[in-house]
This record gives sequence, structure tokens and C-alpha cells, in this order.
Amino acid sequence: MKNLSPKTITLLALVALVLVAPLFFPSSFYYRVGTLMFINGLAVTGLVILIGYAGQISLGHAGFCGIGAYACALAPVHLGLPPVVAMLLGALISGVLAYLVGRPILRLKGHYLAVATLGFGILIFMVLSNESWLTGGPDGMQVEDLGLRDLLKSLGLSVPAAQVWYWFSGLVLLLGALLALNLHTSSTGRALRALHDSEIAARTVGVDVAYFKLMAFVISAVYASVSGSLLAMMNKFVTPDIAGFLHSVQMVTMTVLGGAGSVFGAITGASILTALPQALTVFHDYEHIVLGLIMMLVMIFLREGLVPSLIKRFSRRQG
Amino acid sequence: MKLLEIEGLGIDFGGVKAVDAVSFAVTEGEIVSVIGPNGAGKTTLFNMISGVYLPARGSVRLAGETVTGLPPQALAARGLSRTFQNLQVFQQMSVLDNVMAGFHLSEGRHILSDILALPSSLRRNRETEDAARKLLARVGLERGAELIASQLSYGALKRLEIARALACKPRLLLLDEPAAGCNAVETEEIDHLIAAVAKEGVAILLVEHDMKLVMKISDHIVVLDHGVKITEGKPEVVARDPKVIEAYLGAHGGKEAANALG
Repeated sequence: MKNLSPKTITLLALVALVLVAPLFFPSSFYYRVGTLMFINGLAVTGLVILIGYAGQISLGHAGFCGIGAYACALAPVHLGLPPVVAMLLGALISGVLAYLVGRPILRLKGHYLAVATLGFGILIFMVLSNESWLTGGPDGMQVEDLGLRDLLKSLGLSVPAAQVWYWFSGLVLLLGALLALNLHTSSTGRALRALHDSEIAARTVGVDVAYFKLMAFVISAVYASVSGSLLAMMNKFVTPDIAGFLHSVQMVTMTVLGGAGSVFGAITGASILTALPQALTVFHDYEHIVLGLIMMLVMIFLREGLVPSLIKRFSRRQG
Repeated sequence: MKLLEIEGLGIDFGGVKAVDAVSFAVTEGEIVSVIGPNGAGKTTLFNMISGVYLPARGSVRLAGETVTGLPPQALAARGLSRTFQNLQVFQQMSVLDNVMAGFHLSEGRHILSDILALPSSLRRNRETEDAARKLLARVGLERGAELIASQLSYGALKRLEIARALACKPRLLLLDEPAAGCNAVETEEIDHLIAAVAKEGVAILLVEHDMKLVMKISDHIVVLDHGVKITEGKPEVVARDPKVIEAYLGAHGGKEAANALG
């Protein structure tokens, strides 16, 4: 174990999670829960880059999920694009929008940035719910399936839809985690982590702080967008709630609960908070309260998040 | 060649002239110290030279080019690097990563190849790591490379900051109290390090309160008091200057000291 890099360990753990989890599924319903975990995990991995690496906050990332989701809802109908291309188009639009919006608002810090991104998220939500001629308004609209199952069928493989989605989203999550981990140990990742710890020192070693914050924002927006696309295509339906404030807060809570600085931690956080409502129906009724409570408890007792805090405690006991 | 030329530099904080009309120059390979009592404006002067504060008056020239008011990252690209009085280490990063971050400019921007971990990105990383480990060995921190920076002692952090500054391959290095809070052994190590760096042709501008260190390694000393330059010159001349003694000890103490020195 000693000569494996943290990156390899994280990836192996994720691969094991994706492969082994189905063995414990009591029913095929759990493939759906697993898929939701992976899709949320993907969005949260993007937020690890923004929050964990670069130390910036966003309370509006659900806006990018919304763009990704509605790109998949609209582009196949209006532009005749295949769903996969629609997903990529959504990611492109999200990236460009994040670039344009991020330039002015990333000059802000701390809660000012939080409020500005919050405003952005609300804006996207309002557009999606008010422009009902295009988006169907609050009632939402149908989304075409990704078509993977049909593809497999034409190859002579008959796999239940829920399982197709499970394996596909697991694969996308692994890819997303791989890219985020690549970034962590690279020159770009160091620049992001440096500006997180000390902006002035980062500038002194030549880091263009504004540019790298913007890049973290853009990359995390693309992650959120792809996760939104996947969510919409899996559900075959989307409503503006996907871009809503609650979704943004959910994503940030998942990131912070698991540990914003670590990809594996954040995915753990996403898994816990995705599984919890399935396990406790009570959770659903009091979701806002429970999310708030978790946030507060994590901030008080596990400042670095669940996974990094536990690792630290464990390694201290060993040492 | 004059590497750094400062001409009439000044800044006001709420109507108070924190620094005013300060001029001096630093040549390649020269160690120049800025000294003065607490509150004399030494760190403020540093912050203006390194682009942290925008000077209200005067100019800063680096290797003949006017760089007044350029942001720190632009100055870093022109060969100016610095350390901070109140440590600005990347506390949550490993010691090795701290120094590797110092190579940011020579690595360049390659976001896409970094995300995809292309061979070019991995090769760059290996080269940077090798160079960073050499720098860590130079400041005597090679054994703690994998530690998180916040686990280091104060003196070690001071050296880490110098290693990071050297990673920028500076032509001019600004050191703000590098020996503050260090014990005698650590101070001596820093003293040797600074002298060795200057030997390689790097110009060094130093703010330091440890007068033994200052007198020993400086080629030239600039003395500030109440934001203005009261004198400058060779260490042995400055040390006897009644104006300097007065600035440090007050008018009465100055007279006593002058009597004592004979």
C-alpha cells in the first residue's frame, strides 16, 4: 500500500465501490439509488475543485445543472441533436456562461461571493420556470433517454435500464474523479491550492489569481452541467427545481460533509446524503432542517469534513 | 548594473505620510538592508516595491524598466520575489508542494494537459519535483518534504518561504525579517544562505532587526525613520552615524551612546 499514490488509492476505492455495491442491493430499485449517488458525486467532484482546491464558494451551481438538464431536454427536440451531443452542448454553454459570469463575481470574497452566486442560481431558476413557452414552466418537460440501452440491445445485450444507468454513471463518475485527481497533483492544482491558502503569496510566485479562480469556476460548472444532463436523462423528465436553491445547498452540503479537500471524501458525502432520504422517509419531510443541521455539526465538529477528519484521527492513533 | 532603482517613493495612510521620498538603488549580487525602528515604514516600503501597495508618489525601476504599481504576479515574471514578515506559507500544502508552487512561472499554464495528465504534464511535474527537492536540500528541509507545512517549526517555515522564493529564480529577492523568531543557530544558517544566494548574482534587499546579522552580511544599509530615509552607506559608517543612534535610542540615549562610543 505504501508505494501507491493517494490518487491510485482513491481510484481503486471508487472502482471497488462501483463494482461491489450491486452485490448488496436487495432489489433492482437500488440501482437507481446508486445512479443518483454517482450523479451527485460527479457534481460534487466539480465542487471539490472549486471549494476544496481553490477555496471559493458557490451557492448557485444548481444553475449549471439546470443548463445541462435543459440542454438535453431542448436540443434533441429543437435542433435534432442526439442526446450525447446535447449533453456536450450543455457543458459548453455552462462553461462559457461560467466564464462570463465568473469574471465579475469572482472578484468578490467569502459571503459576498456566496450571495452573488446565489443570485446567479436564482436567475437561472427563474428563467427556466418563467419561460414556459420553451421550458414548459414549473411543470417541467420530457427528456429523451440517452439511448444506451437500445445500443446495447442492438449488440444483442439485454440489460435492464436501471443497470445500464448504474454502470454508465459509475463510469462517468470514475472519469470525473480521475480528471479531478489529475488536476490536484499538477501545476494548475498547485496554483489553485496555493491561492486557497494565501492569495498574496500565490501572486508573489506569479499565479494570476483571478484567472485560476475563474478556471476552477468554469471546470466545476462543466461538472455540474454534465451531472444535470445525466439526472434529466435518467429521469426522462426535468423540472426547474433542478436549478433551485435547495439543490445548490444540497451539493455544497455533500461536499463539505464528506470533506471538500478530498475527492473521495466529497463522493462519500454525496453518497450519504443521497442514500439518507431513501433510508429515512422522515428525512424527506424535514430535508431543509436536516441539511442545515448537518452543515452546522460538520462545521463545529469536523471542520475538514468526514473523510479527512477520520483519516487524520486514525493516522494519529497509529502514529 | 543597477537592478532596482527607487526614486522618491511615498505612500499615505489616512493623511499620514507612512513613507515619503525614499530613494536608493540595489546592484546585482549586492545585499542591501533596510533598517529602522519599529513603525519606520520598512515593511510598507517592501509592500510598495513588491506591488502589494500602490505607491502614491515616486517610481520603482527593475532592471531599467519602470514597474511602479504593477501587481505582484507581473513583478514575479520580471524576476522579483519576496518573503513575508508574517509568514505567508501555503499552510495546508506539503512542504514539497509549497516549493513546487514556486515554480509556477517556469512551468507555465497548461490547464488542459494537466487535467488529462498528458505525458508532457507528468514530465513537467517530475522536473519541478526534482528542482524543488534540490532547493529544499539547500535550505536544509529535504527530510520534511512530505510533511504538511503547518507541522513545521517557525524557523523551518522561514526557510521554506525562502526556498519558495528562490524557486521563482529571482534576480531581486526581498526578504522581510528572515531571521525573526529564529534561534542563533537558525539565524546563522539563514545568514549563510543569504550570502550564498547573493554570490550567485541575485540582488538582495533585506529588512531585519537582528543587527549582528545586518552588520555582518550587508554591503549597504538604508536607514528609515518615520517613513523617510535618514541616511545610507556602508555598515560600519551607518553604525556610528549619530542620526541612526538617535533614531533608535532617542536624543538623550543617542548622546549617551555617542559618549560611550567615544
